[in-house]
Amino acid sequence: MPADFHRIASGRPAAGSTSFEAQVLPYLDAAYNLARWLARDDADAQDVVQEAMLRAFRYFDSFRGGDARVWLLAIVRNTFYSLRMKVPPDGMQETFDDDAHAVVDEQPTPEARMLIALDVGALQKALENLPHPLRETIVLRELEECSYKEIASITGQKIGTVMSRLARARERLRAELTRHSTEVRRHDVQ
Amino acid sequence: MMCNDARLLLHAYLDDELDAAQSVAITRHMHSCEACTASYAQYTELRKALSQPSLYRRAPDALRAQWQAPKSSTAAASKPRRRLVGLAMAAGFVGALLLVAPTWFYLWQQHGANTNQLADEVVSSHLRSMQPQHLMDVVSTDQHTVKPWFEGKLDFSPRVKDLSDEGFPLIGGRLDALEGHSVAALIYKRRLHVINLYQWPSASTASASVATQWHGYTVIRWTAGNMNYVAVSDVNEADLRKFTLAFQDDVTTPPMR
Repeated sequence: MPADFHRIASGRPAAGSTSFEAQVLPYLDAAYNLARWLARDDADAQDVVQEAMLRAFRYFDSFRGGDARVWLLAIVRNTFYSLRMKVPPDGMQETFDDDAHAVVDEQPTPEARMLIALDVGALQKALENLPHPLRETIVLRELEECSYKEIASITGQKIGTVMSRLARARERLRAELTRHSTEVRRHDVQ
Repeated sequence: MMCNDARLLLHAYLDDELDAAQSVAITRHMHSCEACTASYAQYTELRKALSQPSLYRRAPDALRAQWQAPKSSTAAASKPRRRLVGLAMAAGFVGALLLVAPTWFYLWQQHGANTNQLADEVVSSHLRSMQPQHLMDVVSTDQHTVKPWFEGKLDFSPRVKDLSDEGFPLIGGRLDALEGHSVAALIYKRRLHVINLYQWPSASTASASVATQWHGYTVIRWTAGNMNYVAVSDVNEADLRKFTLAFQDDVTTPPMR
């Protein structure tokens, strides 16, 4: 893969690769973070990023300014879904999901309110348990600190959808973390 | 506004994506609705927890290496391209210089890489602490409440001192991290300004205070009694100096462990 990159790189005018390096490479961490949370596996995430970077490099000519981070993250996301054919990329499954699982009212009991488990392990597990569309939205928002507009453009969704997915992602996380800590509690008692 | 509408808007409000009118509507709703206020507090907690750096997955070094240094191999490869490569390298050098320019100026001013990096980190930490609900873990103007609060949370006992008489009332404390250490952060006020004072154990016993400026923030660090102290604030430098002097006042004897 890197050899491939060198070959392409050396076949280009220096200016092209210089600006690719200046504009896209700074977001390597962002690319990996998204890929890692989508793939939930180090090796897979590296493959996704490697492939996405190659695509980004190839299509860099078609990048017409704007936010390189948003552009790269959209490529990472598409790469992930295309490398992972088994899971249908967003689309149908999600529209269904969006309508069917409208926010369910489950106000926490006062006791549960105090019980949210917020250690890294529990958070990581709860995040990884989210369905892909919710997970990518919350990762882009909380870890990557993207605006709704940026998330909408990375995931190809409407801003309203981004908003409701975030709401559902957070509600699920809250539910899961509350349950998690209740279980811990019960354990302690026994 | 009904709770049902508020449920969605709550998140947009948390994300600072609402316009002024909607923000007013949601805050008004929260004033009258305990459940939504409680939810909001929980989601704020959740957000804070999700911002832990260990959840952010940085690219592994191997991957980074594959993408970051392709130049050297091409340089050796072809002679006719040498001039071009030279140009590219020169451009790269200028680019690198531009990238590090702020640092460079800083170093030039401060004569110390560590100081610079720390000042940077301290100011970011200070800014982060200014975000809603990040400022304090323990809210108290009483040093005898704040000091015991740190017990068991740190492997040292921080020095806590009320400086109300000097015009710097203590308002609370918080756990924080700097340079990979857990540190105690004390929060003081100077009129409407907030001063964060960080402290953690040091190998050296004492050093004179060093002040640095960073985008309108002043950072003063010193070491006393085997503790590192760093004060940061947007108050003017004279006031922050006054604060550090007031705090240092009787610090010559090491604090009890």
